[in-house]
Amino acid sequence: MSIQFKSITELNELLNSKAISVSELTQESIQLAKKYSELNCFVTLNEENSLKRASTMNRDQKNSSLLSGIPLAQKDLFCTEGLRTTCSSKILSDFIPPYTATVVKKLEDDGSITIGKTNMDEFAMGSSNETSFFGGVHNPWKKGFVPGGSSGGSAAAVAAGIVPAATGTDTGGSIRQPAAHCGITGLKPTYGRISRWGMIAFASSLDQAGPLARSAEDCAILLNSMSGYDSKDTTSLNSDVPNFLEDINQSIKGKKIGIIKEFNLSDLDTEVQKRFDESKKAYENLGAEFFEVSLPNISASVPTYYSIAPAECSSNLSRYDGVRFGHRAENTKDLNDLYIKSRSEGFGDEVKRRILIGTYALSAGYYDAYYKKAQQVRRLIKNDFDQVFKSIDLLMTPTSPNTAFKFESKGIQNPVELYLEDLFTISSNLAGLPAISIPHGQVNSLPVGLQLIGNFLREDQLLNAAHVFQQNSDFHNAKPDLENF
Amino acid sequence: MNWETVIGLETHVQLSTKTKLFSRASTTFGASPNTNVNLIDCGLPGVLPSVNKEAFYKAIRFGIAIGAHINQTSIFDRKNYFYADLPKGYQITQMDLPIVLGGSIKIFTDDSSKTINITRAHLEEDAGKSIHDEFDGFSAIDLNRAGTPLLEIVSEPEISSAKEAVAYMKAMHQLVTYLDVSDGNMAQGSLRCDANVSIRKSGDLGLGTRTEIKNINSFKFIEKAINFEIKRQIKVLESGAKVTQETRLYDSAKDETRPMRSKEFANDYRYFPEPDLLPVVISNEEMQKIKDEFPELPTEKEIRYQNEYGLSSYDAQIIASSKSMADFFESSLTSVKNYSLLANWLIGEISAYLNKELIEIHESKLSSENIAMLINRIDDQTISGKIGKAIFEEMCTNGSSPDQIIESKGLKQITDDDSIEKIVDEVIENNSEQVQGYKSGKEKLFGFFVGQVMKKTQGKANPQTVNKILKEKLTK
Repeated sequence: MSIQFKSITELNELLNSKAISVSELTQESIQLAKKYSELNCFVTLNEENSLKRASTMNRDQKNSSLLSGIPLAQKDLFCTEGLRTTCSSKILSDFIPPYTATVVKKLEDDGSITIGKTNMDEFAMGSSNETSFFGGVHNPWKKGFVPGGSSGGSAAAVAAGIVPAATGTDTGGSIRQPAAHCGITGLKPTYGRISRWGMIAFASSLDQAGPLARSAEDCAILLNSMSGYDSKDTTSLNSDVPNFLEDINQSIKGKKIGIIKEFNLSDLDTEVQKRFDESKKAYENLGAEFFEVSLPNISASVPTYYSIAPAECSSNLSRYDGVRFGHRAENTKDLNDLYIKSRSEGFGDEVKRRILIGTYALSAGYYDAYYKKAQQVRRLIKNDFDQVFKSIDLLMTPTSPNTAFKFESKGIQNPVELYLEDLFTISSNLAGLPAISIPHGQVNSLPVGLQLIGNFLREDQLLNAAHVFQQNSDFHNAKPDLENF
Repeated sequence: MNWETVIGLETHVQLSTKTKLFSRASTTFGASPNTNVNLIDCGLPGVLPSVNKEAFYKAIRFGIAIGAHINQTSIFDRKNYFYADLPKGYQITQMDLPIVLGGSIKIFTDDSSKTINITRAHLEEDAGKSIHDEFDGFSAIDLNRAGTPLLEIVSEPEISSAKEAVAYMKAMHQLVTYLDVSDGNMAQGSLRCDANVSIRKSGDLGLGTRTEIKNINSFKFIEKAINFEIKRQIKVLESGAKVTQETRLYDSAKDETRPMRSKEFANDYRYFPEPDLLPVVISNEEMQKIKDEFPELPTEKEIRYQNEYGLSSYDAQIIASSKSMADFFESSLTSVKNYSLLANWLIGEISAYLNKELIEIHESKLSSENIAMLINRIDDQTISGKIGKAIFEEMCTNGSSPDQIIESKGLKQITDDDSIEKIVDEVIENNSEQVQGYKSGKEKLFGFFVGQVMKKTQGKANPQTVNKILKEKLTK
């Protein structure tokens, strides 16, 4: 019996009925990872340790958490004690952390088994997974096409049915966009919902961990485990964490959903637009009401984001200097030479580009015009959201303007082309709001994602709306044909 | 031409918290290299800072003591620069919203006093230490100090001589030790300063071009470095050249300042708000608690010592001026009756010894119990003051108790009249020539007889009794 493409709920049934043991399940998951190694989802497999852990696990049917014995994949920017953590960068290609990220610890404390670390854009900077030092990831739906990014390896591993779920991080769309391109469900929680301790930083004020899975229900299971205040991350929120499974089945009758006027959906690819209109209709049939809303400053999201995120990145990545850990260049003549060579050799082009942009945006004489102004605009964007959430429950947008694209077809001449991939996702990072992407059909045999944005700390509403949609549709059950891989 | 000097000081005070500003690693001085270091201090990927409130409380206590405004909401900023002993590639500091704003400090030079205004004081983390001379061809990094909390106190440019700068640093030392904000140990770098020095023609209102002398860590060096720099600047200006605005180092071996490599101050620090920390808010309750637990300051102690223990204002001021001396005085006096004798000893013998050894009293082998015992033995005439001094010397070297020393060396004072009379009689009998001399008017010879008696008793005879009996016998 194959465990490929099974959801967490289905795997729980198999484990509970003893149709499969935890060891067998772990073994199978690892076998799938190896079978589809050409997808390049994983940077490091945790074979020996995860099998050892699986063999010691006694799954007690009554008391087990829903994650007990479930194989998961972790994006390779969550530190894992004793297990290489690279951020898909040369500079950390041999880095073995002495500690484990809170997110991973929580998931493992609930019994899950980390089978490996997934490929990603270098330091989470990218929207196609092409900036990885370990090479691009193939979209399981079409060889030679990107899975999206930066959590491309996690999204592809779930889409290929290797693991039922994986962790990702989302700074400007890095969970939602690859989830959309790979036809799975991905949730970016409220900023602060999940601890950032042990999650290697790209842009501290925007980074947020979240789950990628085959359904909203499975995302809820992971979110239950991952959420909560952590004294080691003072930016994590000290607020109650509801059981996200509890109200997931609730009717959405009378829910008010906003369509953002400024996004001009009529400019979109007609097929993407068509999918969007059909989903809108589906939600209307489920009893939701639609309103056009205005967020006057939202069109400034991309430039705002590309001032703030690189600025924070330029500072966060200063610690990779070849002195204490990570890649160190050889034959250097002095300290400055050591910095220059280690960093020049260790970082890829996109990371260097963002460090340069960020350094510029923070420089004396430019700070006010770029970084400070961007922070002011960010505040305006947040105010816009606060205003609309007074009268509506959710916002709905496409996740991405396009479907997945071919390797090396975008952003090669002009990086900004790739930055526009994040047009619909970036604003919720700037405002710190939760958002989810769910699959809602295909265009040219490639999945298309639908994004719902929720109010502060209202992941429950997002999961509810996504789950009800999935109960009444089959898009999330579509499976790619992996015969070619 | 007459020149006047304008000096502003940036003082770095290492706060005496048990753990670091953003991590729970210990701040103990002198540990083996890289042992007081945790994940946060070495800036590993994925770590985050979390604040140590104790450092805030100490900074606020300092702010209250100088009459400053306290910003109860603190925001941290990143100061970005690369250096091998700066693990994150940035220092977490406070730029726009320092915790302490304004205030002033009173300084004393010779007979006059002056008030120096404080611009601001902010919290920041210290860097580690680079060691360049221990490994051939390599530099070594010790991160024990990385993340240690510092309070950087910036004065207005109102200091007008090296002497005043020293007085300012002494006042600062007194204040931070009194407030238990810092151990104030300059040799260990707990208190150090950067001096911004410029000169201008007397009467000019504008400021001259300044230089900054970095990291001076003793009162002596502050005076020497500033005086050297003033002379150097005068020479430059009088030769018709201009002073270059630059950072300079003081070399104590050569007694000169010289420019640091230009690279080290060509930094654009790219300050921006630290996104890993939310604003830290100190509640009104916390403020009240800090005020309620405020330690007694030197001037308050001075007055109390006069009122409660009858010390002279001079004695009270000297003892109260040093926190460690005042602490010692207060813990000794619980078992002492003669407070002024205790005060005399503290100001006299004990201070002389400490000054000679260049240590603070808590660094010596002297305990308050032993000093109290010594004072009591002198006071109850078990020993004479002179024997007391001999005992004190021994206490300093081996830390033993006065009673032990008195017992083992048989130093107990001879006070009974009979024994002393017997010895006096012997002395008079054996020195008839001198007795004749004394009786014929050579009164100076009295000292000779006292000396003889003391010699025979190894100094143990009570001097008053000796004087009394000698007088009686010699005038017979």
